[in-house]
Amino acid sequence: MLKTISIYLSENPTLRYWIVRPEWVAVILLIISIISSIQLSPFFADLAFIMDSATPYVEYGLIAIILTLIIISGEIDLSIASMIALTAVIFGTAYNAGFGMPISMLIALFSGTLCGLFNGILVTQLQIPSIILTIGTLTLYRGIAQSLASDFSLGGYPSWFIGIDYRYIGIVPIPVIIFTVFAVVVGFFLSSTIYGKQLYLIGTNPQTAKYSGIKVNRIKLLLFTLSGLVCGIAGVLTTSRLAVARFNMATGAELEIVLMVMLGGTYIFGGRGNIFGTFVAFWIVVILRAGLNVARIKIESQLTILGAMLIIAIILTNYIYSKSQK
Amino acid sequence: MTLFDKFLRIRELGIFSIIVVFVIVAAIIDPRFMTLDSWRAVFLAIPLILVMAMGQMMVIICRHVDISIGSILAFSAIVIGLLYIQFPGLSLWLSLIITAFVGLVMGLINGFIVTRFNVHSIIVTLGTLSLYRGLVFIVSGGRQIDRNDIPEHVVSFSQTSFLFSIPGILIFSGIIVVITHLVMRHSVLGREIYATGSNPVAAHLKGINVTKVTLFCFGICGMLAGVAGLFYASRFGYVNPGVTGVGIEFIVIAGVIIGGTSITGGSGSVLGTFLGILLLGIINVALPVLNIPGEFQKAIYGLIIVVALALDQLIIYRMKKLSGGINA
Repeated sequence: MLKTISIYLSENPTLRYWIVRPEWVAVILLIISIISSIQLSPFFADLAFIMDSATPYVEYGLIAIILTLIIISGEIDLSIASMIALTAVIFGTAYNAGFGMPISMLIALFSGTLCGLFNGILVTQLQIPSIILTIGTLTLYRGIAQSLASDFSLGGYPSWFIGIDYRYIGIVPIPVIIFTVFAVVVGFFLSSTIYGKQLYLIGTNPQTAKYSGIKVNRIKLLLFTLSGLVCGIAGVLTTSRLAVARFNMATGAELEIVLMVMLGGTYIFGGRGNIFGTFVAFWIVVILRAGLNVARIKIESQLTILGAMLIIAIILTNYIYSKSQK
Repeated sequence: MTLFDKFLRIRELGIFSIIVVFVIVAAIIDPRFMTLDSWRAVFLAIPLILVMAMGQMMVIICRHVDISIGSILAFSAIVIGLLYIQFPGLSLWLSLIITAFVGLVMGLINGFIVTRFNVHSIIVTLGTLSLYRGLVFIVSGGRQIDRNDIPEHVVSFSQTSFLFSIPGILIFSGIIVVITHLVMRHSVLGREIYATGSNPVAAHLKGINVTKVTLFCFGICGMLAGVAGLFYASRFGYVNPGVTGVGIEFIVIAGVIIGGTSITGGSGSVLGTFLGILLLGIINVALPVLNIPGEFQKAIYGLIIVVALALDQLIIYRMKKLSGGINA
């Protein structure tokens, strides 16, 4: 049976192109997780509940979308979670120091951009491998956040700012709308503009990309800076949701963000992947987390499942790409 | 070449002079730093990290990074703690073997996934970092192993010993450091690790079993992290599933990198790593003496990692330039 399918597919390259794709794994996983979650608890099949469970992960989802671009272009940024914490703490410090709300937000976004720019300069100018450099800046940014905020929670924001996750349009919370719009815009950018195509080329072969006149370093620098900016936005959103900023917020979020990108079928060595996969993977993580919570599995024990899923996702994606390459 | 020239060419000289300058400055600012107590604190702080750093150094020389060691430490500490609740009379040697075995298995799992599926080790160990941490919670049920659950002979292991009452963990970690040095410098396996790190393809063509060498490095790294779990239980007297070993991997990586181990593999020495860890230990003890709040420690460690990475890259760049610009 399998053999007949594979022979049939190898005779029809167009069909194979559309069927042998890692995104379908994400879609299938999404369907499986929805069905099994409904089995666990009948109350799960409630769209409003799922939407509400999605809001805490929107910040991660926004960053996962930018991280998809970075991984497609052959780099990685692991300092994202620390940048969320750092920008949130800077935002809280600025607001408590008497700056107005708009200025504090600008300061937070600016500091995020600066952090991203720092990563980008070190990666593009000094040629430090991004995977190890961002492990260094992960410690550095979290450390700066800790030096700034110590063990205090920075709060006291005006009531219009707090609780963005309780504002709805219909039954859809505003963060989910932000995330969806962002995903559509970036997805369009990646699939239908010349800059998007350039990212794929950079990821496939940076040397060739350079010789065909693509400004590799400038684009990579831009991507890292953008990652910092989005982390700044995520930091402000998180502060709005939690009403406080602490240095240890979003601890371990690297796992979930990288998991979203990997589950979405983005190739870890660059050059392949798309936003649709990451978008679907976002909902997998949301439904998985919500389902495990409904099944009353401890948050800490859920780590085991997420960690195992990350490894399985990478292995599966590599396997599918090695098959489709033949 | 005179003896003095040879001396100047030692790669570890840089880090050594940083340590000397740092100690002198700290001693001038506050003479309390030079008391026996603070040096005792330095040498009690480093064995745990030093042991893990030896394994991590092997992995980094082999062109990989293992960031799951903090969770491996926590898991082996929880396992041995739960065993102590059941069998308080468990001897030290037996617990060493158990923790080493637990760590070895977890390290080999990392190594197996990395070598079999050819995925970047940082992403794999990012997964196992959470996986093992979740296992810690599942095995312990979220409960902490308390001070009175850990038998007296284990606690005294980190306080005194038969030899001039130098703490046992210090002696033991010293032995591990010496063995690692001998393996890395004077055994075939050690040279194969360096060869694999500097050029895996060439090493394979030369007849080195790259998979086996990589597996060995990950296995030893996990094993030493497991042994560090016993040290942790002995030194701190408690094991908390949510706190033990969290973030320790970054301290270890910082120590290894500032010790001159190149992140692109193939170079690095036990002496350098030891000096790197020593510097971190001294900073750790010097901060409170110099009235710098403890909150700054993480930022300082992070800054050290980034600066060391940049320096390492500059050295590589210069070496390439000297040797006529090889396209790496």
